[in-house]
Amino acid sequence: MMLDPLNLAGSAIFLLFAMAFLAMFLTGRQRLLNTLSFIAAAAASLAATAAGVWVVGSNIAIQAVMSIGLPDLPFHLRLDPLAGFFMTVVGLLSFIVSVYSLGYVKGIARQRPITRLVIFYALFLAGMFMVILADDALFFLISWEVMAAASYFLVFFEDERVENRRASFLYMVVAHVGAIAILLSFGVMSGLATGFEGFHGYTFDAMRQAQFPSAWATAAFLLAFVGFGAKAGVIPLHVWLPEAHPVAPSNVSALMSGVMLKTAIYGIVRVTFDLIRVFPWWWGTVVLVFGLISAVMGVLYALMQHDLKRLLAYHSVENIGIILIGIGLAMIFRSFNFPLLAALALTAGLYHTLNHAIFKGLLFMGAGSVLHATGERNMEEMGGLIRYMPWTAALFLVGCIAISGLPPFNGFVSEWLTFQAFLLSPSLPSPLMKLLIPMGAALLALTAALAAACFVKAFGVTFLGHWRGHHTPHIHEADWFMRVGMIMAAALCLCFGILPTLVIDWMDTVSGQLVGTRIGESAGAFGWMWLTPVARERASYSGPLVFLVTLSVIVIAYLLLHVRAGSIKRVPLWDCGFEKVTPRMQYTATAFSMPIRRIFGFLFSIREQVRLNPQAPHRAFPRRMHYYLRIRDRFWNWLYKPIVDISFWISRTAGRLQQGRIQAYLIYSFVTIIVLLIFMR
Amino acid sequence: MNVYPFISEILQIAIVLGIAPAFIGWVRMLKCWSQGRTSAGLLQPYRDISKLFAKDVVLAENASWIFRFTPYLVFGTTVLAGGIIPMLSIDLPLSATADVIVLVALFAIARFFTALAGMDIGTAFGGMGSSREMTIASLAEPAMLMAIFTISLAARSTSLSQIVQVIYSGQSVLRPSLAFAFLAFVLISLAETGRIPVDNPATHLELTMIHEAMILEYSGRHLALIEWAGMMKLFLFMSLGAVLFFPWGIDATGSAVGVVLAFVFLLLKLAVSGVILVLIETGLAKMRLFRLTEFLGSAFLMATLGMLAYYILD
Repeated sequence: MMLDPLNLAGSAIFLLFAMAFLAMFLTGRQRLLNTLSFIAAAAASLAATAAGVWVVGSNIAIQAVMSIGLPDLPFHLRLDPLAGFFMTVVGLLSFIVSVYSLGYVKGIARQRPITRLVIFYALFLAGMFMVILADDALFFLISWEVMAAASYFLVFFEDERVENRRASFLYMVVAHVGAIAILLSFGVMSGLATGFEGFHGYTFDAMRQAQFPSAWATAAFLLAFVGFGAKAGVIPLHVWLPEAHPVAPSNVSALMSGVMLKTAIYGIVRVTFDLIRVFPWWWGTVVLVFGLISAVMGVLYALMQHDLKRLLAYHSVENIGIILIGIGLAMIFRSFNFPLLAALALTAGLYHTLNHAIFKGLLFMGAGSVLHATGERNMEEMGGLIRYMPWTAALFLVGCIAISGLPPFNGFVSEWLTFQAFLLSPSLPSPLMKLLIPMGAALLALTAALAAACFVKAFGVTFLGHWRGHHTPHIHEADWFMRVGMIMAAALCLCFGILPTLVIDWMDTVSGQLVGTRIGESAGAFGWMWLTPVARERASYSGPLVFLVTLSVIVIAYLLLHVRAGSIKRVPLWDCGFEKVTPRMQYTATAFSMPIRRIFGFLFSIREQVRLNPQAPHRAFPRRMHYYLRIRDRFWNWLYKPIVDISFWISRTAGRLQQGRIQAYLIYSFVTIIVLLIFMR
Repeated sequence: MNVYPFISEILQIAIVLGIAPAFIGWVRMLKCWSQGRTSAGLLQPYRDISKLFAKDVVLAENASWIFRFTPYLVFGTTVLAGGIIPMLSIDLPLSATADVIVLVALFAIARFFTALAGMDIGTAFGGMGSSREMTIASLAEPAMLMAIFTISLAARSTSLSQIVQVIYSGQSVLRPSLAFAFLAFVLISLAETGRIPVDNPATHLELTMIHEAMILEYSGRHLALIEWAGMMKLFLFMSLGAVLFFPWGIDATGSAVGVVLAFVFLLLKLAVSGVILVLIETGLAKMRLFRLTEFLGSAFLMATLGMLAYYILD
């Protein structure tokens, strides 16, 4: 057997399945199981990453047909640059998280058996790799379900808590509604590819060669967008995400948020750019508008959270929005036949996909370390962790800066590229687009600024100040496996931030495959130090120089100021002359976001009550104060509650048929047979 | 290899470092005069900074490395920003490392760390300052980018050198879109540099301070660096406004005479902008925090109008 990328990726999947199988026999030896399975997962992820990097770098497409599954319906596999890129994204974060899990799951193993976690972790990874490799609708949907089911069981892992069971049920429902939409979309496409009589339209190749009538193509696109959007957490289909991600074990949250959502992005890109290929401009506008809504609303909802993992989950909604902005712009540019601009926007979107995987993985791993050390997810009970967990704090800070879109880390580069794509929209022929698209840029700027505010809050409340909890904590730093995992992610954040030209040069084959033009030549025209997306006169950014100049100014200032050894005196906190300052006087997460809550309050349903204890001698001197604040997602009331109510109503009404008397059921069968005899003659 | 760009780059950074305190001194002097007080003179900021550098640092017991790192970072990014904005000459080596979006992001990262430092000590003041600063920033930043996008649409570039060159060569002077963008820029500059009516740089009253609340715990050389960076930030916003909207006098030839002339022009423009700033500051009172939404909203509206004007009128 020759070693080619497809074999490499295939053996990674095989290894994961083998591990899931083997795990069943190792239940008695939990520590061995932990070590063995996560080393295997790391190795498999590394192999998949290598396959992805290889395919994208050498710009090849490898296909294979596996005759397993149903008779006459073999599975088709294909690894092309687009699949290779997502393979790399998934593989890279899976590798990092698997290393992290070696330490993290050891902590879980002390409390409960981990066999279930290990099996479904392996299946989850295998499912994601299979989704990316699939080249026909059947195999795609089977893999999609493997991924969804495995992640359901992972969310369900700590099932003794009600919220976990609720969250995983909600996740399952939304995932299946999405899967139905995807199934229908593929059904439309494959039916039109070969006619509804034959079966052979189910391969992606057949869909690629087909010409779709525009109405049916639109139907297929909208169904696919709904289906994949439900998985990606596009607003308003996001409700499951802030429920399911926080309750899963943190290494799984990192994977779900970092890469599982990306398979949905992969699906959207695959269906639009590769399978349907020709589309009108308004499809791009749909994607762009939903991207903008998700970005702004996602970050605003995130600001209102005080559960660290829930906050991060809402930020996934925001970042999926930013990715969709790039992809939507690419679709608009492509439909107006501006291949270079489409390539730029697509690169921006895909680069953010890669970046988000890395920094969101890092942040969830950091949140996992905090959870592991303190047993606490509520930020209001934390504080001052930077003294107990210096490593986690510094690495979490890297993630915070990266996700806020600030230089020199990677989040900035992709947001910068998206801004550049926005600013090129005046070359579009439609005046409406010219006018409206720059407004989108303002919304993206708002998103980035609010994200920075949110992460000042998240980092400041969790890691800075004093411990807010009631009892003094016994907090320990994360162990070395966890640290190494986070260090790798943080190092990648920096590398992708200061060396974007190398990454873009590598991933350029993807835009070559999808829009027919590359931006690598112009983007790296002035050497690896300079990122010049269109032309040097248009815009340029040099990550290495910005980083080095700032660093050298800092170092020079530091050295100059330390020539004369000025002493630093440590004194107690300045307390304004009062007796003592207590940790409860610090700003809390709720207090921090209060101005923003007031400004953007109309977007939430907020209930705020302040009750004073009536026994106080005077209103101005309350003995006790009771503050109640509840912030809810408006979408839940607008969209989901009616559906839930209606389905309950229907089932209640239908339930009346259920009498529990055999005579009634016999009458039902009799009536049914009569009706059938009448109509089905 | 032409050495002129490197010389003007070094000159410019030296000017930003050296003249920024004099500019704030000028503003304070004018303010004193306009309010009928005796001023401390143009050189008082220099005396303040050198006094602070000589003093020992007093740190709270629980201050972490973030608190000690922040002054250096704020100073470093501000100096870099000073090297990016073309004030004297269009041909600056550092100008290509970062465009105007990066410039905004550089100020944003300085703010990010200042806000973290405000929360580091764990007093109510610091958290309050951080919360308010980040709120204002999240409203000001979109407006700032909208104003800048209007200019960069006119110049077809986000590179500062290129924008200045296009506007300087007279292709787009006195456009309505630029007038709106300029108005928006003025409003945002007041917010970003913490001047009245958004923030009061002279106050230490708990209910009104924003920026000062975050840096309340700083002392000694740390405070000196932050103060100096703050002065440079004001200087940079003023000169950014001057070069983007009134780039006359800037050196496009790369000669020594041109650079000197550009310097003189820059001083003149700054002197005038100082007068305008003082007129705004003495004419207005500080706004309530939640009135700022309207203030920054109108800045955003101006910038949006500028963009509309660009498509409709230009």
